[in-house]
Amino acid sequence: MLRIVIAVLGLIFATLAQAETPDPANWQAVLEEAKGETVYFHAWGGEPRINDYIAWAGAELEERHGVKVVHVKVADAAEVVAKVIAEKAAGREAGGAVDLVWINGENFAALKRAGLLLDRPWARQLPNYAYVDEAGKPTVLSDFTVPTDGLEAPWGMAKLVFFHDTARLADPPRSMEALLRWAKANPGRFTYPQPPDFLGSTFLKQALYELAPDPSVLQAPVSEAAFEDETKPLFAFLDELSPHLWRSGRAYPQNYGAMRRLLADGEVDISFAFNPADASSAIANGELPQTVRSFVPEAGSIANTHFVAIPFNATAKAGAMVLADFFMSPEAQARKQDPEIWGDPTVLDIEALPREDRARFAALDLGIATLPPEELGKALPEPHPSWMERLEKEWARRYGAGQ
Amino acid sequence: MGAPLRSRAIAGSEGAATRRGGSRLVLFPAAIFALLVGPVAAGLLGAALPAFGYLPVIGAERLSLAPFEALFAMPGIWRSSLISLAAGLGTTFVAFLIVAAFIAGWHGTRLFRRLARLVSPLLAVPHAAAAFGLAFLIAPSGLLLRAVSPWPSGFERPPDWLIVHDTAGLAMMAGLIVKEIPFLFLMALAALPQAEAVPRLKAARALGYGRMAGFAFAVLPALYRQLRLPVFAVIAYASSVVDVALILGPTLPAPLAVRILEWQADPDLSLRSVAAAGALLQLAVTGAAILLWLALERLLAGLAMAAMAAGWRFRADEPLRCLAAAAMGLAVFLVLAGIAALALWSVAGLWTFPNLLPAGFTLSAWSRLGEALAVPLANALLIAALSSALAVALALGALEYEVRAGVTPTVRALVALYLPLLVPQIAFLFGLDILFIALRLDGRLVAVVLSHLVFVFPYVLLSLADPWRAFDPRYRQMATGLGRSADAFFWRVRLPMLARPVLTAAAIGFAVSIALYLPTILIGAGRWPTVTTEAVALSAGGDPRAIGATALLQALLPFIGFALAGLLPALLFRRRAAMRAVA
Repeated sequence: MLRIVIAVLGLIFATLAQAETPDPANWQAVLEEAKGETVYFHAWGGEPRINDYIAWAGAELEERHGVKVVHVKVADAAEVVAKVIAEKAAGREAGGAVDLVWINGENFAALKRAGLLLDRPWARQLPNYAYVDEAGKPTVLSDFTVPTDGLEAPWGMAKLVFFHDTARLADPPRSMEALLRWAKANPGRFTYPQPPDFLGSTFLKQALYELAPDPSVLQAPVSEAAFEDETKPLFAFLDELSPHLWRSGRAYPQNYGAMRRLLADGEVDISFAFNPADASSAIANGELPQTVRSFVPEAGSIANTHFVAIPFNATAKAGAMVLADFFMSPEAQARKQDPEIWGDPTVLDIEALPREDRARFAALDLGIATLPPEELGKALPEPHPSWMERLEKEWARRYGAGQ
Repeated sequence: MGAPLRSRAIAGSEGAATRRGGSRLVLFPAAIFALLVGPVAAGLLGAALPAFGYLPVIGAERLSLAPFEALFAMPGIWRSSLISLAAGLGTTFVAFLIVAAFIAGWHGTRLFRRLARLVSPLLAVPHAAAAFGLAFLIAPSGLLLRAVSPWPSGFERPPDWLIVHDTAGLAMMAGLIVKEIPFLFLMALAALPQAEAVPRLKAARALGYGRMAGFAFAVLPALYRQLRLPVFAVIAYASSVVDVALILGPTLPAPLAVRILEWQADPDLSLRSVAAAGALLQLAVTGAAILLWLALERLLAGLAMAAMAAGWRFRADEPLRCLAAAAMGLAVFLVLAGIAALALWSVAGLWTFPNLLPAGFTLSAWSRLGEALAVPLANALLIAALSSALAVALALGALEYEVRAGVTPTVRALVALYLPLLVPQIAFLFGLDILFIALRLDGRLVAVVLSHLVFVFPYVLLSLADPWRAFDPRYRQMATGLGRSADAFFWRVRLPMLARPVLTAAAIGFAVSIALYLPTILIGAGRWPTVTTEAVALSAGGDPRAIGATALLQALLPFIGFALAGLLPALLFRRRAAMRAVA
């Protein structure tokens, strides 16, 4: 029954609405078309600082280009994926609810695989894309190894950085082996968010990189044999570590916010985040004590890029492109990198920028607990998303059902 | 008792006179059918079809049992189900026990009236807010332990105790119990006038029964009959709860509903069919909890009969009375202290353990909230007012039709309408969303209100149906005898006399609507941000200041609703002395 209804409705809508997709190569036309549009930008709304930044961008866009931006604050990007899938199921090929979505990794891979994104390389034709650092930041082209193909526009960089409270722990462990030794000597003082929380899964991937016999295999889709070989040391490590974790590994913090609070309360001594400026911002905000500092693992740490993408049936495609382009502008990127505002590193090649734009970045004070870029260490690429799915499943099997 | 005889006599004598009025009222069940059955059916279909492998968007088009195989292969799935079952039964049992014992021990006393006034507003506190408050209190880094640290406890740092997120789910059950006590208590208060408590209690006391035993034997059976649906709703809620479980519940493994949500939210789209199968398992778990409860009912009734037959009077119930008051008081204290903790956190600067007070205060969380709040506030009020008013009107019409036409089953046949409360929201909403998109209504106010109605109506009907049915039919005989029409009787006697339960139902509906997150964001397509969608999105970041501020704000709106529901009867009855006594 449902199928018939859907099919019939699909037919109706298919004939009703087939709007032309704006062509970013003709930017003036895009700006014309965007004028007066309202862009519904669906983005995680869990961080007031980020919400404020998006509100600023929206106000600027309205003033400069007459494009109105509504930030639809969601608790999880998966809700947006669900919305787009439901629209696809109901046959809505145009006039969709989501114009632009903040996305990366598995969610992008899922939408791309299901063909639910605007299917042309619009992002690389945006004017401000010219400054994007493709050579220095290869993850702007491959999102968790999945080629972006211009289906999403890079917005910011992320790199796994660890934090320790120097008041309690002067010399933090800088490798997984050292962490294990330290945890055994200091039981209950370390934990990680419970996978499949993305930060918890990232910790697993970081450990996997450090412990796997041949990390280069992680760039290809996972196979049973490779998974067996590469994760054996990881799970031996986790088996040994778990009893010495916070709450003896019988509970885990559910997300990054919960883990940051554990560090603030002195329940744990080490925390980590995907934003190198996070500790500085949190100190400024009274969420962490002044004594917290950053460090990175000796072997380098996982780095990736986060993006904005346009669903296949977006209503305000031109407006969405204008917003994505503005997000990539040197002005917006420099503001975003300011830890007072957000502290999210830029996707641009600062050296290639015109002088006054370079000055914007040079003027930034990165904050008391932020490592300068040259001390951030090597960037390890994200493994193929299939590794993450497989890792999360295996983690749930071994530790997720209680022992 | 003579109740069945009585009502049959009335149906016989009045049937002809009321049939005319009844035929017009048939529009109400029809409207309920049109407005609710469609969405519910679409939602259930959306939840059930993928469970059997049908979800064409992700390329699943062949019916199979594979989703169930995958579901039962999930690690810890039985343990998750067991936790949900235990939470459903345990929460309901303890909450009901405390409420019943307190009413039994203290009905008619000053303490009772005081606490009644205190408890009702607690119902306005959203579950998530109460749970966060409790967590801020009882966690190893929480306020209770800070109060005794570093002296006399000796803790310089929070101890590594598994209190919140404990694997047995005790913290979660505690969080649910303190929130369900106000609900059951308020439902009981609304039903008490119909249970003829005072004369029955007098009779029991005259026969030498203790206060509590007299209540349990003479009043509770009549009261419980009216409380049964709310009790079932508590079982359903507690066995399928998500937000409280996320905040306080076990995580290794999590209760079933939380795991379903995780599968539904997984970027691996094939897990959506597992989530759908899980939703059906959730239905079975909740159903099993209700069946077990029915068995428990029989057992307790049997025990009570045996005790009565043995002639026990249970006169020495003073310790038990005190225990009941203490338990009730503790529940109220935990919620209130939790709210105080939320309030403190919402303005706290850096606040490290073991400091009992923050090192500094800041209004940053509040000013951030305040800036962009006008629209979400107006939206929340509009949607809640429309959906609760519509729900109350529909429920009143349907119940009145049922009474006049003498057809009890109309409402009972609508039991399917309770299913939205049992099926995990995200699975259910997927089908609902498709329906509204297909009707080109998603993102419009009417769709948001209708989707809220799906969740609001069951609670409204639930809290209204039993007091309505228990309304003494002799009033009607008198009115008819005095030549009043059925309509006049409805407007001038029944509605005013039942004003308290009606207003309570409206306030509950209002509170339910205010708290809805997923329908608002999904069906509303982000076009109708409310206080709750902002609050939930913000609390996803885990900052206790944001959580404190938004949770308080979220509690404020329903609180206004309940305050009105509490004040209006006093206003309405200012010239009806007898009603004031009942109220």
